[in-house]
Amino acid sequence: MTAPVTSSAPLTDAAAPAIRIEGLHKSFGPREVLRGIDLEVHAGEVVCVVGPSGSGKSTLLRCVNLLEQPTAGTVRVLGTEVTHPDVDIDAVRAHVGMVFQSFNLFAHRSVLENCTIAQRTVLRRPRAEAERVARENLARVGLADRVDALPAQLSGGQQQRVAIARALSMDPALMLFDEPTSALDPELVGDVLGVMRDLAEGGMTMLVVTHEMAFAREVADRVVFMDDGLVVEQGPPEQVIGAPTHERTRTFLRRVLDPTHQRPVAGR
Amino acid sequence: MTTQSPAAQGGAALAPVTGRRSPRRRAQISRGIQYTVLLALVVVLALATDWARVGTTFLDPAVARDLVPTLGGALVNTLRYTVAAFAVGLSLGTLLALMKLSSVRPYRWIATVYIEFFRGIPALLVVVAFGYAVPVALGVNIGSLTAKAALALGMVAAAYIAETLRAGIEAVPRGQVEAARSLGMSHTRTLVTVVIPQAFRIVLPPMTNELILLTKDTSLIYLLGLTPAQFDLTKVGRDALSTAQGGLTALFVVGAVYLIITIPLGLLARRLEGRTARRTRS
Ligand SMILES: Nc1ncnc2c1ncn2[C@@H]1O[C@H](COP(=O)(O)OP(=O)(O)O)[C@@H](O)[C@H]1O
Ligand SMILES: [Mg+2]
Repeated sequence: MTAPVTSSAPLTDAAAPAIRIEGLHKSFGPREVLRGIDLEVHAGEVVCVVGPSGSGKSTLLRCVNLLEQPTAGTVRVLGTEVTHPDVDIDAVRAHVGMVFQSFNLFAHRSVLENCTIAQRTVLRRPRAEAERVARENLARVGLADRVDALPAQLSGGQQQRVAIARALSMDPALMLFDEPTSALDPELVGDVLGVMRDLAEGGMTMLVVTHEMAFAREVADRVVFMDDGLVVEQGPPEQVIGAPTHERTRTFLRRVLDPTHQRPVAGR
Repeated sequence: MTTQSPAAQGGAALAPVTGRRSPRRRAQISRGIQYTVLLALVVVLALATDWARVGTTFLDPAVARDLVPTLGGALVNTLRYTVAAFAVGLSLGTLLALMKLSSVRPYRWIATVYIEFFRGIPALLVVVAFGYAVPVALGVNIGSLTAKAALALGMVAAAYIAETLRAGIEAVPRGQVEAARSLGMSHTRTLVTVVIPQAFRIVLPPMTNELILLTKDTSLIYLLGLTPAQFDLTKVGRDALSTAQGGLTALFVVGAVYLIITIPLGLLARRLEGRTARRTRS
């Protein structure tokens, strides 16, 4: 809880981890959803958070960019303590991309505008530059030809890829993904995971909440298993997914990996 | 619900045995009866009506012709009162909606009291108040009739418009706000760039309906006392009614002019509703 001497430096203390969470608690009314989380994500690392529905994974992610206000504990993002009362959270958020389960594209704006609005209003980039960056990132997610479409004219998989391009257009130092494929038809999941895999290979720092165990196993540097508001275990994927030490992890994985049980989890 | 179609088939299959008709057959018979009743009513009404008398009472061509020259000015006046009142209603309504959504509690209270008050009393009372009570009580004399009409009707409309706007703003999904904030947009920037444009699309159809109601409510402003040059459509109709023979023809003609304004607005509202529905589908 005590702030280190360097805490007043605004951004990117190069040695500091991209995210450092200490003693994080979050309650909604009387219900304690996060009950003391410690977690670090280092620059260039891909960390997948897995765990049963309702275990607090989304809340954890949303405490990183302060979409939820933590009840107690400290969260440092890119060297800035976002839980400090005086923090300029908008300045931090501009460097932290977030991808939501339900896409949340701006329904009244075209694909291109979705990717330029924040560049222009937050980063104050001139229109030409913002559009160039947006087109680059739309090409990166395979949607260069849909720049003029409205979100409602796209499939779920395409919308989610636009959402990723929108976040990337801000040149984020860190990306948060909250079950990005859970709302997609099964045949569209692959495209989105492919984009995320490319990102990871390109060295992006990523904190990903997912139920896609194959993705976690293949792409994650570290897997974190959460249950009931606590981190139960974490480690390399082959350890946490391949040889879990906790009974709760084993129960969860049995349910997710067993095809006869897959539906209630993947169908959410 | 899932058993409905097998049950229907079962019912059809059993029909010969139990003597009960299938649901589809019963719906057909019911529709047939409804058409028969309707047809019978139309025939009876047509036979019972004295058409010649209807002609002279509602559609006396001479009276209608006499009325036409005054209609143009009256139509312009009605439109002017409507637009002015709508401008007041929209400005004040926006302010009230923002107050109602404010995190400052007294603002919410004030807005709530205002809205409940003006929605709860007849518009006619407000117009009368502006005609007589306000000048006397406050010592303020609003010179322009249009301003008086706009204030009176606009203050009433503001209550309804505020509720419409508030509902529209609240109907913008939370995820839209969260996406904007996660990109680093400030609260105000999010409101201006993301929430209000989408709320605007949502409220366009109900707002068009407000405009229709307001158009009709301008018929109350005769209570403010009008010079002939200020007559609105209803006033023209009423005056013609008391001077001319030809029965209710004047009202009929004036009503038709109102419909020329309101029916296109209604069609517009319907089209906007369709567009909003298509846009927000995802
Ligand atoms: N805004 C909120 N208000 C009240 N309860 C909430 C809110 N958000 C989440 N919760 C509760 O917190 C718990 C954890 O939710 P969440 O973080 O979404 O879990 P997960 O993402 O692991 O499924 C759930 O029981 C959920 O009902
Ligand atoms: Mg979740």
